[in-house]
Amino acid sequence: MSRDKTKLLYAETHEWVDVAEENGQQVATIGISDFAIEQLNDLVYMELPEVGKALDAGDEFGEVESVKAVSPLYSPIAGEVTDVHEGLPDELDNLNSDPFNFGWIVKIKITDASGLESLMDYAAYQKQCAESG
Amino acid sequence: MTASESTSTANLATTPLDAWHREAGAKMVPFAGYEMPIQYDSIVKEHQACRSAAALFDVSHMGRLRFDGASSEALLDRLLTRKVTGMPVGTVRYGMVCNEDGGILDDVLVSYLKTPSDSHYHLLVVNASNRQKIIDWITPQLDDFPDVTFSDRTELTAMIAVQGPLAMEVCKRLFSFDPSRLKYYRATITDQFSKPAIVSRTGYTGEDGLELIVRAEEATRVWENIMLAGRDAGFVPAGLGARDTLRMEAGMPLYGHELNETINPITAGLKFACSLGDRKFIGRDAIEAALANGPKQQRIGLFLDGKRPAREESPVLCEGKVVGNVTSGGPSPTLGRPIAMAMVDTSVAENEHFEVDIRGKLAAATRTSLPFYRRPA
Repeated sequence: MSRDKTKLLYAETHEWVDVAEENGQQVATIGISDFAIEQLNDLVYMELPEVGKALDAGDEFGEVESVKAVSPLYSPIAGEVTDVHEGLPDELDNLNSDPFNFGWIVKIKITDASGLESLMDYAAYQKQCAESG
Repeated sequence: MTASESTSTANLATTPLDAWHREAGAKMVPFAGYEMPIQYDSIVKEHQACRSAAALFDVSHMGRLRFDGASSEALLDRLLTRKVTGMPVGTVRYGMVCNEDGGILDDVLVSYLKTPSDSHYHLLVVNASNRQKIIDWITPQLDDFPDVTFSDRTELTAMIAVQGPLAMEVCKRLFSFDPSRLKYYRATITDQFSKPAIVSRTGYTGEDGLELIVRAEEATRVWENIMLAGRDAGFVPAGLGARDTLRMEAGMPLYGHELNETINPITAGLKFACSLGDRKFIGRDAIEAALANGPKQQRIGLFLDGKRPAREESPVLCEGKVVGNVTSGGPSPTLGRPIAMAMVDTSVAENEHFEVDIRGKLAAATRTSLPFYRRPA
């Protein structure tokens, strides 16, 4: 099933969040937006966290690197990393072409959902992008 | 992730090609006091076009300083690490301006040119970031050379680099003088559709090609003429992003990275750009002493294992001990792996194996001779 980018939540720092119920628990799947990927351009490397890593909202969980620059990835919510898209760093071209499905980066079991309140919906995020672009 | 470059454009200068860049959809960034295109499309695509066809670069931000008068060569002989007196007409030399301690104030190209009306002058091309510093360095020296007229031509002119294996083939048709008759590091004043242009066979990419200096008001026309002439050959405009990855592959130093006021030409590996025995110049004694004592550090090239590039300032380790740091690093689009230049202690500079500390994680690195890339003969 394909993810609808208009139904996702977004962080100011360009991560997208898809919250779903898995085995009775709230799990957030996290990636980076098409806008962010276009801004970064020419991705060359991605550093991923280890499964089990505990994160607070706003913690750095990895980094994505383009030809020119390194950008940290921030967790929009508090939780524990339960799954990591291990193959993604070797297929950054596919992240370019499909950031919202193939391009998922980590899954986080949410321990404190309060961080979700500060995220934007798609319309608000689009507005932010338009203003910064 | 966080937004990368600052988008503040307050008090920034623009080049004569600014409107063209914006029309072409370039991403503009502040660089050395100018708003400059960092890329039009993809840095990697622009890089590859330069290696396979040719790329056009707006390098109008570089400083262009002109010296008229018979004593110009005596003045420049005092300022530069290379001897200027006796340079034949139409030659270009790479050299440095140093302080009394031998610290590098800038690396420059000096040309000796003849105008169509048969007068002669010297042209110094300096880094954009150092232009004011070099002007301030030169100005007090002019008192000793009253017949020299010194003028900053930067804002009156534009500078365009056309670089790549097909650059000469396309450009030879565009000027009154066929520039493919110029040897490497030669320059001439010719004209492009009856407007004057300084053409030199120089560049900063490791490819064959030209650098052109034209009047500011002619810049867009010249740029568009070359783009049109090279369209079928695959010419593309390229920004500062590709310019940096290209010069890194070519092992060329960049001021502020490999070169600065605390590094002398010997440490920088630029002894070839110093002529020490033929005259006195500012910094000569310090450079001679550095040569006699041997440099404490040396510039080396590294290939990194894996895909993660090392960036400037990453510590370089040898057998577990920090021995230096990366001065420039990034992915090499041509070689498909990360490359880095580093300054390391001379005692380990011949070693083969190093490690680079990239934000807390060690990556294995293997020393390689510079340049990383050499164009096919």
